[in-house]
Formats: sequence, structure tokens, C-alpha cells
Amino acid sequence: MALPARSQSRARPAAPLPIVILAGAGAAFFIIPLIGLLLRTPWASAWHELGSPEVLAALRLSLLASFSATAIGLILGVPLAWTFARLTFPGRSVIRALTVLPMVLPPVVGGVALLLAFGRRGLLGSWLATAFGIHLPFTTAGAIMAETFVAMPFVVITVEAGLRSMDTRFEDAARTLGASRWTVLRRVTLPLVRPSLVAGAVLCWARALGEFGATITFAGNLPGRTQTTPLAVYLALETNPDAAILLSLVLLAVSLAVLIGLRDRWLGAS
Amino acid sequence: MTLDARIRASVGAFTLDVELAVAAGELVAVLGPNGAGKTSLLRALAGLLPLSAGRVTLDGAVLEDPAKRIRVPPEQRPIGLVFQDYLLFPHLSVRDNIAFGLRARGVARATAMAEASRWLDRVGLPSEGERRPASLSGGQAQRVALARALATNPALLLLDEPMAALDASTRVEFRRDLRRHLESFRGVRLLVTHDPVEAVAMADRLVVLEHGRVLQSGTPAEVTQHPRSRYVADLVGVNLFRGRASHDVITLADGGSLTTAGAADGDVFAVVHPRTVALYRTRPDGTPRNVWEGRAVDLDLEGDRVRVRLAGLPSIVAEVTPAAVRELGLDRGDRVWISVKATEINVYLA
Repeated sequence: MALPARSQSRARPAAPLPIVILAGAGAAFFIIPLIGLLLRTPWASAWHELGSPEVLAALRLSLLASFSATAIGLILGVPLAWTFARLTFPGRSVIRALTVLPMVLPPVVGGVALLLAFGRRGLLGSWLATAFGIHLPFTTAGAIMAETFVAMPFVVITVEAGLRSMDTRFEDAARTLGASRWTVLRRVTLPLVRPSLVAGAVLCWARALGEFGATITFAGNLPGRTQTTPLAVYLALETNPDAAILLSLVLLAVSLAVLIGLRDRWLGAS
Repeated sequence: MTLDARIRASVGAFTLDVELAVAAGELVAVLGPNGAGKTSLLRALAGLLPLSAGRVTLDGAVLEDPAKRIRVPPEQRPIGLVFQDYLLFPHLSVRDNIAFGLRARGVARATAMAEASRWLDRVGLPSEGERRPASLSGGQAQRVALARALATNPALLLLDEPMAALDASTRVEFRRDLRRHLESFRGVRLLVTHDPVEAVAMADRLVVLEHGRVLQSGTPAEVTQHPRSRYVADLVGVNLFRGRASHDVITLADGGSLTTAGAADGDVFAVVHPRTVALYRTRPDGTPRNVWEGRAVDLDLEGDRVRVRLAGLPSIVAEVTPAAVRELGLDRGDRVWISVKATEINVYLA
């Protein structure tokens, strides 16, 4: 009896007390705000609040904008990831750094940059306005652009990592079987990096859904047109705290679902 | 139908420089140690590794000629390549894997699937079509890879170490199997391997490749009887010496000399079979014309014989019976007298 007990205590060493205290404080720091959110949730009026036209409009716009941003992120981000993973050309590392910069850039700065490029008097914006009559700032398209700007790097980073780690000899095999480069990409490369594509798309979508700074700076806060859920939450906190809490809870549930969905595939939880 | 290839290509610091001609119906094995450039040779033929110089023609059609800026891309070459670890597409079923080449070449889906089913029958896997490659045994995966490569009806079939991924215990059976499938193929067949048994068992002709160059080529019998490289000599298990012959005495390149019974003067190879090397505790008298002293570096029991590696001028490997080792009281590090009869040395021009 003594032997198993001893081997068990050796397998699980007792933690030093300071570690236990600090780790506990760290965990509480994350958990207590969530508990606060749950405790203050006005469950009784939940359906009524969530069903109000403003809230529904914000949710609808958020879904539209985040899915659009994800689609654009995939359409532009996957070719970009492929280029970074497979080609070498001068300036590659600089361009790569610039395209993933929005991941660490304060979103407000991204919004300002977008304004200077696509705003009424921006680099491309004035030309778009005079030549095509296209105005991007303070439109739904502008909100989608802002979200794409901030969220697309997640697609690029994730898919590039997937492409780099795949065995490119599968592509060689496909070519010797008569597949053109395009067919190889479609029927071999993309299916083989599918887990990375899924992970990149989900992270991109979650980031787009929560986008605040770039959106409010570039697209403004127009209910029904550019007021996405995070903007609505921020505004409602002043006028209708119950709605703010409920919308926060919706965003929290979505984030949690994404985390659980990706747990095994990407985030490395045991 | 023939393959004519003069290949010069570089992979990093490694240079491949090979001339090769293979006729239809002939099965040629390229034999060489790891790193000799065997896989690079196949990749160059398949168009996956661009040539820096040379020319590749198949049936008179030029596949690649850098001087004339001709380079047919891999997908347009009539070539089937079976990779060492097969590289079956993990996301496709076995049937889809076999049909892949036909689909990629624009064959209608139904036709491609029917053809894939015929191939499954032919390689003895009629009911495995819906399985994923990951669930196949090594031998089954090999047959699927072969079927996938042959389904597009290539003019040239390239096989990269087709047995390497199989268990030693199943190799003999699958070698017979593979040989049978290869015999029914009418195009040009080229196999690369580092396994001499596989090469000799499968091929009509051997091409020995080392450091990116062809050292020797000929029928298995020619190559094994007249090795021209240490690599082949080691594979066959004989002692190979290189030197300059003059009046029946060969001055060896690595030191020492051997007296032979009648050899042409000039640069020569000399082969001594380990079984003809005799060992003595004291200096022997009598007929043998080559007697020198050496040190036993290593003793290895192989079957019913003991292989003794001896350091001396020259160094040599002897093969004696365990009883002889006991009588001599021979152990690692012991000094011993070595003798080889002049008539037991096989000499040929380098």
C-alpha cells in the first residue's frame, strides 16, 4: 500500500504557496467579471430587450458585416498566405509584416489609416468618389472594410502556417498525375490544409464580430448602417444598461462557442 | 519506345550528372547508397527538378532541353511516378486516388471511376475502393500507388524504393507481386533502390549511382562479378582493390601490393573473395605468393562463417569458419598472418 501512495505523491508535487495564491488571483481576475455579467443579467426582460428593433438591427448588421469580412478575408487572405508560404521575392518579409500588422496595431489607428486612404479626401477615396461616386466611410461597406482590415491577418497567419507544415510532395505527386497548378491547389493543397482554413476563418470571424475601434473611427456609429453589436453595447451602457448586458452576454456566448469549437484543433488544450 | 536522358541538375551543393538509356520492356534498377542522387534523378525525369544542362527524350519526343529552352511541365509528361512513401492523398478514398490522374486529365467522372474500379480488381483490392489510404496496410498502399501511377497509361514508369516502406517479412511476397504487375506494363520502367537484393531480383540491368554519377552499369551478373566501386563490392561482400598492374604485380592505390597470375598492365581493379583469404598464427611457408601481417579489427559471425576485418597493407576482409577462429585463438586486436593465392585474385581493367 505504501508504494503506490508514494509514487502518486511524486507524480503530483505539492505547489509552492505563493504560486497557488497568484494563480488563484489570476484566475479570479478573469472569472469575476464574467460572474458579474451573469449576476446582473436581467433574465426576466431578456426576450423583450433582445427583441427591440435597435438591438435586432445591431445583431443583424454584426452578422452581415462579420460574415462578409470573413468571406473577403478568405478570398484575399488565402492567396496572400500561399504567396508568403511558397514564393520568395524581394520585400517579401516587409510586405508580410505589413499585412499582419493590424493584429498588434491599436484598432483606432487602423481606422484613422483607413480614413486617410479611403476617406472623402483620402488617397484613393477622393478618386473613388469622383470617378465612381463610391463613398466608403460611414457606410455598411465601410464597416465591413474596417472589420476585414483588422481580422484578415488571422486567416493569413493561420493558413500560411498550415501551408508551410504540409508535405509539398503531395503536390508533386498530383502534378506527375497530370494536374495543372490550379487543379493541384483546388484538389490537393486546399483540402490538405482544411483544418488551418477552418481555424483561420473562425478566428477571423470572431475578431470581426468583436471589432470596435476601427469600425467606429472609419464607419462611425449610425444605427442600422454601421452600428454593430459592440458599438451598440458601448452606447447602450449609458441609456439602457439591461440591453448592454444582454448584448454582452450574446457576444460572450459566441466567443465561448468559438473557443470550445477550436479547442482540439488549434488552441492546444488537452 | 525508349528513354534517353542526359541529366545535369543541382540540388543545393549536390550535383547530379547522369547519362541513362532505357529501352521499352527493359527494367532498369538504379542502385546506390542513400544520398547518391537516386530520388533527384527520378524527380528530374518527372520534371519536378529542372535540368541545368542535358536533354531528356522519350520515344524521340523531347521532354527537356535547357539549351533549346524546352521544358515540358510535369503534368504534361507521359510519366507515372510511384513515390517511396506512396504519397496517397489522405483526404481522398482509394478509388478517388486511383481516378485522380484521369480526372486531372479531363476524363469524365463516371469513366474515371469505372477505370479506377478495373485497376482495383487488377491489383487485387476489389472491395477496398471506399477506404481511406490511412487505413491500408503497407502492401495495399503500395498496390494502390502503383495503380494510381499506371491508371493514366504512362509511357515511362518510375519507382522510388517501392519496397522501402514495407516490413522485411512481407517484402519477398510483394516483390514477386510487383514484378508480375511490372511485367504486364509495356512502357519504359525505371526503379531506384538502395537494396541490392531488390535490384538483382527485379531488374534486367543495373545502373550503379554514387555521388550523383554513374559508376557502373550492366546486367546484375556483370556488376556483381566485376564491381567497380567500394559500394558494390561491399554489397556483394568481396574485397575490391584498385591499383596499377605491371608484370603481374599490382601496386595498390591505398598502399601495399598484390601479386597475381597474369594480368594486363595498366589501371586495374582486383577482387578477392573473403573465403579465399587464409589466416595463420605464424608466417606460412609454401605456395601462396601474397603473405603479409595484419591486425584483426573486428570479428562478426554471419551465418556459419566469421567475417574478420583485418587492418594492414592492404586491409582486407577474410571469411573463416568458427572452428578456425577457435584454433587460431583469434580475438579483436590480435596480430595475424594473411595469405592470398595469386590465382584467387580476379583482375580486370579499370
